[in-house]
Amino acid sequence: MAAELVAAREQSRFRIGSWILPAYTHLVIVWLFAPIVVMIVFAFNDTHGKLNLTWTGFTLKWFEHPFAIPTLTAALYTSLLSATLAMLISTTLGTMIALAVHRYHFRGRGILDSVLVMNIAASEVVIGSALLTLFIAFNIPLGFLTIILAQVMFSIPFVAITVRARLAGFDPALEEAAQDLGASPFQTFALVTFPIILPGVIAAALLALAICLDDYVITSFVAGNTDTFPLWVYGATRLGVPPQVNVIGTFIFLGGVLVSLLLAGARTLGNRKAEEDADG
Amino acid sequence: MQAVATQPQAGRKVAFRVRLARAAAPYLLILPGGGWLLLFFVLPLLALAVTSLESGDFITGFKFDLNFTNYSFGIQLYSPQFLHSIEFGGLATIAALVIAYPAAYWIAFHAGPRKSAYLLIVLLPFFVSFVIRTLSWETLLGDFGPIFGPLKNIGLLPNDFHVLATPAAVSFGLAYTFFPYMLLPVYASLEKIDRRLVESAEDLYSNRVDVFRHVIFPLSLPGVFAGVLLTGIPAFADYVNQDFLGGVGTTMAGRVIEQQFEVDTNYPLASALAFVFMLGLLAMLLLYQRFFGTKDLIGD
Repeated sequence: MAAELVAAREQSRFRIGSWILPAYTHLVIVWLFAPIVVMIVFAFNDTHGKLNLTWTGFTLKWFEHPFAIPTLTAALYTSLLSATLAMLISTTLGTMIALAVHRYHFRGRGILDSVLVMNIAASEVVIGSALLTLFIAFNIPLGFLTIILAQVMFSIPFVAITVRARLAGFDPALEEAAQDLGASPFQTFALVTFPIILPGVIAAALLALAICLDDYVITSFVAGNTDTFPLWVYGATRLGVPPQVNVIGTFIFLGGVLVSLLLAGARTLGNRKAEEDADG
Repeated sequence: MQAVATQPQAGRKVAFRVRLARAAAPYLLILPGGGWLLLFFVLPLLALAVTSLESGDFITGFKFDLNFTNYSFGIQLYSPQFLHSIEFGGLATIAALVIAYPAAYWIAFHAGPRKSAYLLIVLLPFFVSFVIRTLSWETLLGDFGPIFGPLKNIGLLPNDFHVLATPAAVSFGLAYTFFPYMLLPVYASLEKIDRRLVESAEDLYSNRVDVFRHVIFPLSLPGVFAGVLLTGIPAFADYVNQDFLGGVGTTMAGRVIEQQFEVDTNYPLASALAFVFMLGLLAMLLLYQRFFGTKDLIGD
């Protein structure tokens, strides 16, 4: 009897405990998506004035002319171009750092680590104002070039760390084997190392692209009169943000969702294949 | 080795070259990226430090004369804003931790095969531009917005009830903005806890609360502190949330720095204020490194 009672109590306690946490987690997810839902819903709002804050009816007209505002389209173009360039540069440089750190022991590694940590942890206001100070001191004109310089700088550490995490499971014996079989260092990298780290490199590149596209604070310090998408939106808040911003934001969000689903799918397939290979 | 012994001259030369290449390789790999960081991260910070000790103004020019009064004057003049930064940033960090920890715990321990799917879902909203997300919160929390409007219409809330322009709205917005920086390290530290430790604690008759208190929570501490660091530091200095969600009386120090640079062009004072943040960051990082090393911040 007593044992049954204890068991019953245990069970009921587990039952309460077992729904609270998942319910809570799903509530957190609702909270995280709330502003996204607002953004998407207000892309369909049939607003007439400059303010797009209250619901006035359903329309698809903003989706017909998402690029109707020339300065907004130009800012979006600047954003896409600068973020893509910065992504290409920082992915290359960050991957090189990750390879060096993974493969070699060398003097100065501690300093390198500290610089990477400081770069990630430092406040954007501090980095932005420091860069501006430097550009002013050396009379470097602010604009597209300085935006690229800044965006590459703050995405290198994210790339280096992401690729390094991927390299952590990489057996250096594979490279040695390739070289023992007569591969040149370049062949070894192209045929062995690179295919293995490629998923990590792609993930790092996407992360770099996302943070460059999204950055407001640092970019606003070094942009001069050039507008990027976030800068344009921020400027527009004074007058009222047009629904086109919601439309473009929705496109960017859907693009991100699509890419991550594709990546997740590819990874699942890859894992399944690896398991089958191991079984067979 | 055999080859070296039979052909000493050529062998030694090759060996020397190989050794030189081996020694130089890491530096060659690091040079471009490290150089970029040196030029556009380390050097600017030095420029900031130097400028913070200058005096003069935009018209007559600036002069480096170890003018430490920029610091004392700046902190004194803007102490309310610095206090706001500490208050709102601190509240935001606590809120982010309280919101993230249980969710990270459930995903790491109980989401089973759907673990990575949940992690992906939690991170998806951050594909939307930070400025748009914050703007959406402004709409959501508006005095007659989608949440409070209906509640006021049916009389559940008084008409003058508002959340916007309060410290709570700012802290809440900051917690939302930097949520991934809390969730990811906490999740990572929970995820890698050895399940056998949990099982053995249960085998030794610990109940679930004790297992959490004595095994899981202590092992997740490095992640918690990494999260506090990575959320707190940007939250202290952010001014976008305050701009959209705060009011006249909630200005934070980040805003002051931005204004001093962009509007007042008082570069020495602005640099001093910014460098105060840098010193705070350094202090926190040193403390963290002292206790946990850098592993949980950047992986190994």
